[in-house]
Amino acid sequence: MEELYPITQYVNEEGKFTDDSIKEEITAELVHSFYYNMLRIRTFDRKAKSLQRQGRLGTYALFEGQEAAQVGSALSLKKDDWVFPTYRDHGAILTFGANMPKVLLYWNGRAEGNLHPDRNIFPPAVPIATQLPHAAGAAWADKRKGNKNVSIAYFGDGATSEGDFHEGMNFASVFKLPVVFFNQNNGYAISMPIEKQMNSKTIAQKSVAYGMPGIRIDGNDIFAVYFETKKAFDRARNGDGPTLIEAVTQRFGAHTTADDPTKYRDQYEVDSTRDQLDPLLRLERFMKEQKYWDGKWEQEISTQINKEIEEAIVEMENFPKANVEDLFDHVFAEMPWPLREQKEQYLQSVRRDQ
Amino acid sequence: MNPVAETSTMETIQTTRSLTLVQAVTDALGTMLAEDDRVMLLGEDIGKNGGVFRATEGLQEKFGEDRVIDTPLSEAGIVGSSVGLAVNGMIPIVEIQFLGFVYPAYEQIATHVTRVRMRTMSKYTVPMVIRAPYGAGVRAPEIHSDSPESLFTHMPGIKVVCPSSPADAKGLLIAAIKDPDPVLFMEPMRLYRAVREEVPEGMYEVEIGKGKKVTEGDDVTVITWGAMVPVAKKAVEKAKAKGIQCDFIDMRTLFPLDRDIIAESVQKTGRVVVVHESHETTGVGNDILSIINKTSFLYMKAPIEKVTGFDVPVPFFALEDEYLPTPKRVEEAIEKVYTF
Repeated sequence: MEELYPITQYVNEEGKFTDDSIKEEITAELVHSFYYNMLRIRTFDRKAKSLQRQGRLGTYALFEGQEAAQVGSALSLKKDDWVFPTYRDHGAILTFGANMPKVLLYWNGRAEGNLHPDRNIFPPAVPIATQLPHAAGAAWADKRKGNKNVSIAYFGDGATSEGDFHEGMNFASVFKLPVVFFNQNNGYAISMPIEKQMNSKTIAQKSVAYGMPGIRIDGNDIFAVYFETKKAFDRARNGDGPTLIEAVTQRFGAHTTADDPTKYRDQYEVDSTRDQLDPLLRLERFMKEQKYWDGKWEQEISTQINKEIEEAIVEMENFPKANVEDLFDHVFAEMPWPLREQKEQYLQSVRRDQ
Repeated sequence: MNPVAETSTMETIQTTRSLTLVQAVTDALGTMLAEDDRVMLLGEDIGKNGGVFRATEGLQEKFGEDRVIDTPLSEAGIVGSSVGLAVNGMIPIVEIQFLGFVYPAYEQIATHVTRVRMRTMSKYTVPMVIRAPYGAGVRAPEIHSDSPESLFTHMPGIKVVCPSSPADAKGLLIAAIKDPDPVLFMEPMRLYRAVREEVPEGMYEVEIGKGKKVTEGDDVTVITWGAMVPVAKKAVEKAKAKGIQCDFIDMRTLFPLDRDIIAESVQKTGRVVVVHESHETTGVGNDILSIINKTSFLYMKAPIEKVTGFDVPVPFFALEDEYLPTPKRVEEAIEKVYTF
């Protein structure tokens, strides 16, 4: 099966072309956009981890190592497309145009964190794989409306064991829906290595069962991610149905800030292979090789990114306190009497204490 | 039977048609498919076959395959994709072939259908209806006969409706489809073709959250819904022959319950029998008792009786008549509270 689903790669660990068929499509602007967005979400991820350690953010899901997969897949989305992320895909949604202070608010336990203006971003799936049928459904609605929008569902390797993975893929395939199922195979579902998760050698091969194209890409090669995802979006927009993409990548850190990966994997191995795997290092090498690198520019964007993140943190921390009324107000359009009474009684009790 | 629309949106009295409950469901679905292009029906065998109970008979032919959709055999897929359809502007009406088959979709309902509004502070909403025949008494194979309403009334974010008559079925289903929030619509399968009733034609709504007085009486309040309405009705008639006048309520909506109709009746009678098909423990009957406790404690003249299904899995059909509340059990309960 690995032979049937070879890993598509354009740029290798050393930053050199292994396939330069995309060379004509590469512009300085595109390469800079790759690097800027990857650096931006990596800086965000590290800062969020630090905020959690300082007690300024709740439990946080880290994605360091998956930046190429997340940026490359989100960058060619169009404004009216739909994104169905998991809790580890805020790198992708930030690239798509999510509001950064809102992303921080989400990780601080605030529902406001799901309200990203001008973008169709579904709240992150916390149950596993439930977002695949959602993405199929949203794509279905767009198909009925007759527009060219697509949906993308993000999911991990563990999600492929869930029933909803199958049901979402099957619906998309049967009804030929404009959706891309974007798998980030980072090798672990919390502690569970992929060899114990499934007996199949690849995730891409599962596409055969649904009669849809399945492709396996080097998830650390942003060129592979970007160009292959773009092709899948184009197919979807042209009415040619869904695609399953397996981006083979890794998370360098823990599952979340509440997890200790040394319990289940050799962290030395992770650290020692990092130089080979890190998607940002690879892009940097490519840029140096191809003369796109500009140290001054890198300094400038780094400063700009840090400033953006610091401002987002200030905005998050200055955000008005959670409103107790919101506890009750968004369950139904019109509050049924049991809820109305509970709210009134609770608010009376709260006010008595004030 | 009352042929006049009680909360009809039409100003004039509507013409009516004699329909069974299942025909009234079809009528409601057809009315809303014609009314609103966003409405889509999704389910197993609902298109060409018209549904295993024929609840969607003729609708695919009339409204097309992209509005009345034969889906894969995939409850979580149907409900999950309907979440995506709903947040992107459609009004999906899902048929679960039997409510006892809803369990694969339970995660989607518990974690998404009912929470999208809360999780997005009403930016996204799920105006979805999940229709399903429920209940025992038709000699169906295993699992086809469950009555798991409590699993849903306990779940914040979804309304639960259960009509017992053709006109109510139409009026409540249309109200459910127009409701901006998810509604579980339970159709008593043993009543699908049990009676005919005059049902208003065209647009007709019955308000969700309102019970209905079936008969008036001063002695004992009998409260039930769905397939248990005719069962309890027989007991009420027998009690009447013995001189016990029952105030007989069909709840029609199980969340939110109509507190006023319960309190008004109980404060008059002081004696109550609650009848439901579902298991006793954590049944909706307990919520009715809670309402009585809160609104009418000092009016009570006798301990409340519940006549319910037993706390056993709904059995193979050879024993389902033993499982189900019977007129005899209800009648005994009425006498017990009356003579306390």
